[in-house]
Amino acid sequence: MTVTQRLTMAHFRTPIFNDWCPGCGDFGILSSIQMALAELQIEPHRVAVFSGIGCSSKTPHYINAYGIHTVHGRPLPFALAAKLANPDLTVLAVGGDGDGLGIGAGHFVNTGRRNIDITYILFDNGVYGLTKGQASPTLRRGLKTKALPRPNINDAVNPIALAIVSGYTFVARGYAYDTRHLKELIKQGILHRGTSFIQVLQPCPTYNDLFTKEWYAGEDRIDPQTNKPMPRIYKLEETGYDGEVKNPSEEEEIAKITEAIKKSYDWGDRIPIGVFYKNPHVPTYDQRIATIAPQYLQSAPAWQPVRSKSLRPVADVSSLFDELRVKP
Amino acid sequence: MHEPKKKFVFSWMIGGAQGSGVDSSANLFAYSIASAGYYVFGKREYYSNIKGEHSYFNVVASDSQVRSTVDNVHLLASFDAETVFRHAWEVEEGGGIVFDATLENERLRNIPTIEERVKEDIAQRLKNDSLGETLGDVLESARRRGVRLYPIPYMDLIKKTGEILGEKQLTLLMRMVNTMAVAASFAIIGADINRLHRGLSYAFRAKRAVVDMNFTACKVVYDYFKSNFPDDFPIRVPNRQLSEDLILVNGTTIVGIAKIVAGCRVQTYYPITPAADESVYLEDKQVFSLNATSDGDEYEYPHLAENKELSDKGHILVFQSEDELAAIDMAIGASLAGVRAATSTSGPGFSLMVEGLGWAGMNEVPVVITIYQRGGPSTGLPTRHEQGDLLFTVFAGHGEIPRIVMASGDMLEAFYDTIKAFNYAEKFQVPVVHLLDKSLANSTHTIPVPALDDVLLDRGLLINEHLDGKTYKRFQFTETGISPRVPLGTRGGIFWNTGDEHDELGHISEDPIIRTKMMDKRMSKLQVIRESIPPNEKVAIYGDSDAKDWIVSWGSTKGPILDALEMLEEEGYSSIGFMQFKILYPFPSELALETLQGARRIIDVEQNYSGQMGKLMAMEAGLRPTNLVVKYNGRPFTSTEVRDGLKEVLSRNIKRIVMNRGG
Repeated sequence: MTVTQRLTMAHFRTPIFNDWCPGCGDFGILSSIQMALAELQIEPHRVAVFSGIGCSSKTPHYINAYGIHTVHGRPLPFALAAKLANPDLTVLAVGGDGDGLGIGAGHFVNTGRRNIDITYILFDNGVYGLTKGQASPTLRRGLKTKALPRPNINDAVNPIALAIVSGYTFVARGYAYDTRHLKELIKQGILHRGTSFIQVLQPCPTYNDLFTKEWYAGEDRIDPQTNKPMPRIYKLEETGYDGEVKNPSEEEEIAKITEAIKKSYDWGDRIPIGVFYKNPHVPTYDQRIATIAPQYLQSAPAWQPVRSKSLRPVADVSSLFDELRVKP
Repeated sequence: MHEPKKKFVFSWMIGGAQGSGVDSSANLFAYSIASAGYYVFGKREYYSNIKGEHSYFNVVASDSQVRSTVDNVHLLASFDAETVFRHAWEVEEGGGIVFDATLENERLRNIPTIEERVKEDIAQRLKNDSLGETLGDVLESARRRGVRLYPIPYMDLIKKTGEILGEKQLTLLMRMVNTMAVAASFAIIGADINRLHRGLSYAFRAKRAVVDMNFTACKVVYDYFKSNFPDDFPIRVPNRQLSEDLILVNGTTIVGIAKIVAGCRVQTYYPITPAADESVYLEDKQVFSLNATSDGDEYEYPHLAENKELSDKGHILVFQSEDELAAIDMAIGASLAGVRAATSTSGPGFSLMVEGLGWAGMNEVPVVITIYQRGGPSTGLPTRHEQGDLLFTVFAGHGEIPRIVMASGDMLEAFYDTIKAFNYAEKFQVPVVHLLDKSLANSTHTIPVPALDDVLLDRGLLINEHLDGKTYKRFQFTETGISPRVPLGTRGGIFWNTGDEHDELGHISEDPIIRTKMMDKRMSKLQVIRESIPPNEKVAIYGDSDAKDWIVSWGSTKGPILDALEMLEEEGYSSIGFMQFKILYPFPSELALETLQGARRIIDVEQNYSGQMGKLMAMEAGLRPTNLVVKYNGRPFTSTEVRDGLKEVLSRNIKRIVMNRGG
């Protein structure tokens, strides 16, 4: 059967009750993912969405695609292996900032070393929502969100900078309430050959009373001339910024990396979203495997026959035994 | 009644500083002796260290199958002082010591790598013999016990080899001292020098120039022996004919080969001793040939490969992950994609894998976890032997999941068990823990080339087609608790997985009725497993089946126990049975009861402190061992040690004996 019908967002919805808080930024991210998949016309059964633990990690249940809700902090290892096992799959990993940068930080960093072709979307709200609002690894020092008994005394990690220095080859930031823009980032991420990382600024209406939708919209800063709020968020592409490495030279790479990291520190009154860094010239992991074992590209693990129709193993290990054989 | 023929046993040992080629010389010896027509079992002992600490290898050669080492040494080969200081005491009367003739004045106290406790021990022995503390004194003590001494002027012989080879840079040749020690051993026991050539090819993997150079050195040593020592060593090892087709292999290699046969196509790991060798071997052999099928048989292609031009070679992807958390999760991720996947680790790594194990159990994902146990707890004894993780693997994880824990007793079992582990995992859709240990990992053993005639791969209820029709439910309630499974990417097969309790589709559910049904579904698989696995895959029974005294054990103690039973039979002990448990969980209580109920003694032999299998048996079958023979000093049982422990139990009915042999 081939799909003749054009896929729409509706094909990626499930009839499951969504128990996120009303007004949660996660809704915008969920829609953006569904829109992106629909616009790319990827059939649902070719998509696998992996998540960790937390509010945002319930996302796979709301998407009509293979949905694997894994262990806290571990969506990446599951996702990477599924992609390596069957490169035909479009693999997404999703999870919160605590999941990805706290308990899963080791996987976050090491995933950057491999450039496996998946897209990782980090729902960043600065708090651990499902456990009632503790500070997450992206909450800055000195801040006190609603549920904290004392201001946070830990420094925040910079997800964009960390992704870039870890080796991610597509690094972007979106905003949960700008779904059109976010959808485009997700599409770019999926189409990019290599590991894509998209940090999404996601207001938590219940536990993060500092970085609210209103705050991002600049409702606390009224332009005296226009009498309108001055939004904090702006789009990198609208400023002429271009984070893509055009020529594969170390010099250009370092220049783009440095520029992107510098940009990633902008916060407060001017918060950039868009593509910070993109390098399409880094070999992907499957290309690296193929330098050792060319057959990988032709015969990925999930495609190989392992037995015959009469259930016999098909691997021939006689030469391996022969290397060990005792010969008089 | 047949008179048991006295078994020929020759125990050889070589030692030296780590990094000086002890391993390759031991492989050289083991292969060469096997090539001369003998069965061998070799045990490797080493420190958690790269260079400098003392390692040694004990090889036992025999005219019939041998499965363990013995305490006594017939011939000790050395090229450093430490080996002689440490091991001269193990050489029995009539045996021999090969040593560097220039080291006689070395002082015990000057050797930094011998622990103080060991130095005191050696000093005391020497004092008892009214001797000083030099190497010469140790040799004198051995000589007084009737041990033959073979001083070798290694340096002179290297010079001579250099002259023959036209090589003036002697430092290049210095590494060959270990080969020379082996050649000396061969000369002493009257073995065929040409077999050393075979052994050199095996040990140096056909690097022709290295092989030839080493063989020249061997000939120099042989000539030296002819003109300098009497040919009167009591043990002779002439060429004989082997009646079987054998391979010489260690545990990590045989398991690696088995994984390829089993159809494992993703193996993940994080480096850890003693498991990493398996993954490194697989990485080396990652591309392999496929069998041509015959008699109308054809490959079964996965539906995910439709319209693909596949390679005519097979490939196993070996992935070194950032930690063991990722290692098990990656194996699970690959399994979800329809691949037979495994990870390989040791106790500390498995500690990290427990959360992934629980998830796999909850989501009914087949995954194989190969564990090479080592001394615990914590970092414990990283390079030493123990069977301390049985209860840990049986109970690991919060909440309750079905699982299989199985253990292999020797290398041939490890081969077939590895394949079975994948079959069980897919058939019952559970995680399978395959317990091995350091002794199996690092020992070398001659075993028959594993026959593959009866090997079948059972993939259980894995659906190998796209589903175009009714709603697919991954966790559909069924009579057996096992539901049809599809790989990711199957059209019409979309499912959800979650570590939360879930409904048949795989969506989160906290409904108490669904919860109970799902727990019942998963846990009832334990009963299905009990009923489906045939008795001979669960236990093995050796010795007298009507015995009054029964040994119970699991894992690599099998070798020394069987060898000890042979010795006990020779000494006139009879009516001893040995029940080896191969499936540890779910525990085969019915078989234990059938055999052991009414036994006079149940003697539990294990390499841990508390007799873990005995406790499991008491819990599951209500049978409590009457006696315990345990060992937890990090060194595997020797057969003679098990024999002596059993004799203590049989003659004096001691309840708990702690053995403590080995250096």
